Amino acid sequence: MEEALLEDRTEERHEVVAFQVADQDFCFDLTSVREIRGWTETTMLPHAQPYVKGVINLRGSVVPVIDLSERLGLGATDPAARHVIIITVIGTQTVGLLADVVSDILSVKESDLHPIPDIIDEAVRAYVTGVLVIEGRMIRRLNLARILPSSAQDGR
Amino acid sequence: MTGANTEDFRASFFEECEELLEAMQDGFDQMAVDLHDSETMHAIFRAVHSIKGGAGAFGLDDLVAFAHHFETSLDTVRSGTIEADANLLELFRQCGDHLSDLVAASRQGDMLDPRASDALRTSLDTATGADPDADDDDMPEFEPIALNLDLGDVSPVDDPSDKGFEIAFKAEPDLFASGNEPLVLFQALERLGALKVTADVDQVAPLDTLDQESCAIGWTLHLVTDASEAAVRDAFEFVEGFCTLMVMPIGEPEAPISPLSADDIPSLGDVMNLQSPQHEAPKEAVQEPVPKPEPKTKADTPKMAGTIRVDLNKVDKLINLVGELVIKEAMLSQSIIEIDPPAGSNVAEGLDSLKQIASEIQEGVMAIRAQPVKPMFQRMSRIVREAAAATSKRVRFETVGEYTEVDKTVVERLVDPLTHMIRNAIDHGLEGPEDRAAKGKPEEGTVTLSAAHRSGRVLIDISDDGAGVNREKVRQLAIERGLISEEAELSPAEIDNLLFLPGFSSKEEVSELSGRGVGLDVARSEIMGLGGRVSISSTPGHGTCFSISLPLTLAVLEGMVIKVADQTLIVPISAIQETLQPKTIEIHTIGAEGRVLRNRQGLVPVIDLGQLFGFRPASADLDHRVILLVESDGGQRCALVVDEIQDQRQVVIKSLETNYGHVDGISAATILGDGRIALIVDPENIIADRGTPATSDLDLQLIG
Repeated sequence: MEEALLEDRTEERHEVVAFQVADQDFCFDLTSVREIRGWTETTMLPHAQPYVKGVINLRGSVVPVIDLSERLGLGATDPAARHVIIITVIGTQTVGLLADVVSDILSVKESDLHPIPDIIDEAVRAYVTGVLVIEGRMIRRLNLARILPSSAQDGR
Repeated sequence: MTGANTEDFRASFFEECEELLEAMQDGFDQMAVDLHDSETMHAIFRAVHSIKGGAGAFGLDDLVAFAHHFETSLDTVRSGTIEADANLLELFRQCGDHLSDLVAASRQGDMLDPRASDALRTSLDTATGADPDADDDDMPEFEPIALNLDLGDVSPVDDPSDKGFEIAFKAEPDLFASGNEPLVLFQALERLGALKVTADVDQVAPLDTLDQESCAIGWTLHLVTDASEAAVRDAFEFVEGFCTLMVMPIGEPEAPISPLSADDIPSLGDVMNLQSPQHEAPKEAVQEPVPKPEPKTKADTPKMAGTIRVDLNKVDKLINLVGELVIKEAMLSQSIIEIDPPAGSNVAEGLDSLKQIASEIQEGVMAIRAQPVKPMFQRMSRIVREAAAATSKRVRFETVGEYTEVDKTVVERLVDPLTHMIRNAIDHGLEGPEDRAAKGKPEEGTVTLSAAHRSGRVLIDISDDGAGVNREKVRQLAIERGLISEEAELSPAEIDNLLFLPGFSSKEEVSELSGRGVGLDVARSEIMGLGGRVSISSTPGHGTCFSISLPLTLAVLEGMVIKVADQTLIVPISAIQETLQPKTIEIHTIGAEGRVLRNRQGLVPVIDLGQLFGFRPASADLDHRVILLVESDGGQRCALVVDEIQDQRQVVIKSLETNYGHVDGISAATILGDGRIALIVDPENIIADRGTPATSDLDLQLIG
């Protein structure tokens, strides 16, 4: 036990939030998460990318909501009350990510992270920086910066 | 003094400097009108002197040295040793600019190239005929020096035949806060003659309760001098309003005792809104106080009541809170309407007054952020001088409406685009002096910057009386750069507008001055970022005018709440000309989809908002819809088709850009009573893409 703890200290651990989108497991650093809230109706944005569900009011701020499933090419989500919006801070922007369910907060080591094999197509590699294998589960780690629409302009 | 305190003092010193520099600029502007107005000269001198004083307290040596030299030169004019002329005024202005630079550099802890100071000092010496070596001896010491503060020695000088004054000087508690230092005053008196200073420390609190920022010391000064009483009072000029002062000629204790009048300092006082407390003359005064001269008021200077300085963050917080209050109020009224209380019930009445109060608070809080455009205009006068010098053109700078108030953020963010357009006006707009003379114009060109309010917006015009846009050249350049095709038939207004296209200005075309690799397109996008627009109008041979129209505040907007395809949207009232029922008006279809509305003013394109935003396909049947006739600042119009009009109300503007980005046709978002977000439509943007051109070539538009 003692040794295990020592070993832990030698390798930095950090926490990730794990969630499900279209029956697949994903995660990203917990430090980016501001809060997790239930689905609320959004206000549609004209000419937005299909994966931009619209904007919601987060205590006075206008926050866009991105349908992760559609963004990752896994099909559009038909959001209902059981869905969650993970409010994340990416750079200077606050963005809501629509997911099916948040499953865990996991403490992981860098060594748990495996690079994704080359055979996976480029589109996926753009969003996924690696895969965590924990207790037999495959958890894809997201590159949050890539998830964002670079600007509303790229919708046109 | 703790570090934090010093920082506070420093910050307030620099804020004060801003005001003093502004007062100084005002003075120069006033001098341009009347070179020999001694009142103005005094005001300028005082401003520079006060900056020097404060700078000394913070050990800003470069600033002190230059301010002192500048002040000395100003004094030669003030005292009438030399006469001011236009050249000297110009030099003073340059020195004023340099002083601003020094202040800015000191604020940031930077150093400026000392050669700039040296060059100006030499110019000042040459202009005022001062002996540069003699001057430095005059430098006041800001090191503390030992003064005779012997408490036992209160006896006046024995020989009553000595000419001189007995001065009682009692500082107000806020003397230090105003940047004054009694020691400096006493040093000034010492130059007049033999001085004995006695401090009265009776009022000073014990050390443990001592407030070191407030002055509780009184002084009795005994001055043996041949100088006049006026000269003695002059030394106290800068503490007027911060002290009680009695000056009695020695041996004449019954002499008139007059309180210091604050009226000698109208300009500075007006600007800083400091009302000097009027002290009652002591009862034993047997004669009437010296009559005060009527304070000079300038007709165009609105009198302002006292002001306070508030941290902007506090105001912003308040504005956010008020925004929330208004939203909550709307939520509350919505739920109450749903309950449907009987009319005239307490609930309904209470709600009404709550609404009223909320909207008044909102208005009041918004007004806090409003500030006159004047400081910005003053900054621009410097840009004009520099640009004129760089292009060797003679430029007169005129301002109109400098007390027009605009939200502080708007003012701040306007500096860059305005700078750019003013440089552009001087560099490209105005001709050189010879050219102008050849055309029969005065050699001196004029650039006018004006501000005015118009229907909830502020209009800022930058106009020059130069040659106007060289349309042939602009056209050629646009063709060369591939912005338009060679065959394109453009109206004069359209050619002028090419100047705003990105990529219009290119490296080789850009001169040293307006260069910096940005074109008017950048200035325009900055203005658009503020919810503003800019247009250009030009008359060949008579000049060019850039007109900027901006919202008064970036925080609230009077809007019409509409519904389109189940989406709630807000349309700014300011843009709406009228609302129409399609049933009662003529709508014609041109081509497959194009529709126009015909009314008194002609043909107006009809745009279905729902279709434009991609919420639904175009609606064929307009009968059950409503049409909003909207107009741009440029006079272009279009008819927006919406489903219904719900309400009209003030909405708090929330940025869409912060977390998302720009959306075409949408300027911002707001939060509705039910907590949901509604987008605010940008009619200007829609019209720019689709509307009728302001010029009369409507037919072209419809065919093409």
